[in-house]
Amino acid sequence: MRRYIFVRTLQSLLSLFLLSIIIFVVVRLTGDPLTLLLSEEATEEDRVALEAALGLDKPIPVQYLIFAKNFLQADFGNSIRGGTPVEDLILSRVMPSVKLAGAAILIVLVVAVPLGVIAAVNKGTITDTVARFLAVFGQSVPAFWMGIILIQIFAVRLDLLPTSGMGGLQHYILPSITLSLFVIAGVMRLLRSSMLETLDMEYINLARVKGVKERKVIWKHALRNALVPVVTFGGTYVATLITFGILAEVVFAWPGLGRLLFDGIVVRDFPVVQAMVILAGALVIGANLFVDILYGYIDPRIRYG
Amino acid sequence: MAAATTIATSLGTGWSIIRTPLSSLRRGVVLPLSIILFFLLVAIFAPFVTPYSPTKTSLPEKNVPPFWLEGGSISHPLGTDPLGRDIWARLAYGARVSLLVALSTLALGGVLGTILGLISGYYRGLDPIVMRASDITIAFPIILFAILLVVIIGAGLINLIIAVGLVIWARYARVIRGEVLTIMTQDYIARARVSGASDFRIITRHIFPNVVNTLVVLLTLQVGFLIIVESSLSFLGAGVPPPTAAWGSMVASGRDYIVSAWWVSAIPGVAIMLLVIAFNMLGDWLRDRLDPKLRQV
Repeated sequence: MRRYIFVRTLQSLLSLFLLSIIIFVVVRLTGDPLTLLLSEEATEEDRVALEAALGLDKPIPVQYLIFAKNFLQADFGNSIRGGTPVEDLILSRVMPSVKLAGAAILIVLVVAVPLGVIAAVNKGTITDTVARFLAVFGQSVPAFWMGIILIQIFAVRLDLLPTSGMGGLQHYILPSITLSLFVIAGVMRLLRSSMLETLDMEYINLARVKGVKERKVIWKHALRNALVPVVTFGGTYVATLITFGILAEVVFAWPGLGRLLFDGIVVRDFPVVQAMVILAGALVIGANLFVDILYGYIDPRIRYG
Repeated sequence: MAAATTIATSLGTGWSIIRTPLSSLRRGVVLPLSIILFFLLVAIFAPFVTPYSPTKTSLPEKNVPPFWLEGGSISHPLGTDPLGRDIWARLAYGARVSLLVALSTLALGGVLGTILGLISGYYRGLDPIVMRASDITIAFPIILFAILLVVIIGAGLINLIIAVGLVIWARYARVIRGEVLTIMTQDYIARARVSGASDFRIITRHIFPNVVNTLVVLLTLQVGFLIIVESSLSFLGAGVPPPTAAWGSMVASGRDYIVSAWWVSAIPGVAIMLLVIAFNMLGDWLRDRLDPKLRQV
C-alpha cells in the first residue's frame, strides 16, 4: 500500500508539473506577457521593473523556473485592477466558496444517494421513472439558467428566499441547489446502474437466504459495493463543482472565488485568471490523488494493478 | 417497464395520459430528432425565419413581452430584450453559434481523440505518454481552460472552438484506446499481421471500422454537454463576443430584469434545455442500439 501511495503521489506531482508547463507555454506563446500583466495605466518604470522581476531577458528555461518558483511561494503577481496581490484577493474569497461547496456536497449526499438506491430497488416502477427523468433533467438544464429561474420563482414571485448575496442559512438554499443539480443527476444515474448490478450478485442472495433483513441487505451490503464506482468519479465531481460553482456564484452574487474569476474575465485581469486556473487544476489533481488512495483502501485489487 | 405499464393502467385513464408521452419519449427517437432538425433548420435558414436583425437595437421597443402575455404582439412573437432586439431573431441566430461551436469542437476533439486513442492502443510504447497527457486534460475543468485562453488570445468563434477542442479530445482517446486494446487480442489482427499488412493498414482497415459504433455513440452523447459548455462560457462573457447573439449571453442579458421582464432570460434557457435533452435522448437511443456496453459513460 505504501508503494502504491508513493507511485500515485509521484504521478500527481508529474501532472502538476505538466500542467504548469502547459500554462507557461500557452501564456508565452500566445502573446506578450508584459502586456497581459500590466494595467493600462502602467508607466515605463513599471514595465522595466516587471521585466526584470520575470527575467524576460533570460533564456526560456530560466524564465520557467522563475514562474514556477513564484507559484510555489504563492506569489501570483498583482491584480491589474488596483494592484492588490492576487494571493490576498484569493484568500479573502476562499471561505464563502468552501461553505457553498460544502452545502452542495451535503445536498448531493442527502438527495442523490437515497434516490439512486430507491430507483434501483424499485426498478421499472413510477418512482424509478420519475428518478430517471429527474436525472435527465438535471444533466440537461443549464445551471446558470436554473439559478435565474429559481430566483424568479422563490425570491421574486413567492418572496420566500433572498435573491442573492451571502448571509443566513436561507441564503444558501438556492445557490447550493443550483450548484449541486448536475452532480446529483450524475451520482444518481451512476449509483442506480451500479446498484442494479450489485443487487444481482451472489453474495446479496446469500445474505437474503441467511435471513438478513431486506433493509440491511440493501442499505448496507449492497450500497457499500455499489458506491465504489461513484467514488471513482470523485475527481470528476470536484471538477464539475468548481465549474458550476463559478456559474452559481455569478448568478447569486456570491462573494467567493467564482465571482472573483468572473470579475477577472470582465476586465481581462490576467494574473487573477491565471492563478485561479492553476489553483483549480491543482485542486482537481489533488482530489484525484485522494480518490485513488481511498480507492486503494476500499478495493485492494487496484494496488497491484 | 412492464411493471410501470401495469401500475399506470391500474391507476386509470388519468395516469395513462401521462404515461403515454413518457414512454414514447424514451422509446422513440422521433421527438428528439424533430427537435434537433427544427433547430438545425432554424439555424441554417435564420435570415428567412425572421424579418429582424439579431443585433439591431430599438430602445422604444425594449422588453416587449411574448405574444401570449398581456402587452405582447405577434410582430415580436417571443418579445424583445432590454435593448429592444427581437428575441426570436436572436434565438435563431444564436442557434447557429451553439450548433456550430458544439459540432466543430466535437469534430476537432473527435479527430484528435480518435487518432491518439488508436495510436495509444496500437503502439504500446507510446501509450504511457498519451494516457498521462489525457489524465491531465481529462481532469481539468474545460470551462476554466477556455476562459484562460479567451483572456489571453481574446474572444472569438475560432478561439472558442480551439480552446474546447484541445481539452475535450482526452475523453475520446481514453475510450477508443480501451476498445483498441480489446480488438488487439482478436485473432483477425494477428492474421492480418501474418499476412503482411502494414501497421497503417491494420489500424485503418481492421481496427478503425470496429470502433466506429462506439465513436458515434460517444460523440452524440457529448453534443448536449458541449452546448452547455458553450452557453456557460457565453453567459460568463467568455464566449462569442457581443453583439453576436449566443444563447448563454441572451440569458445573461436578462439577469437584471428578472422582476420586470423574466422572459428575456427564460426563453433562451428553454431552447438550450430542449436541444440538450434532444441530443442526450438521441445519444441514449443510439447507445442502446449500437453499443450497449457504454452504459456507464
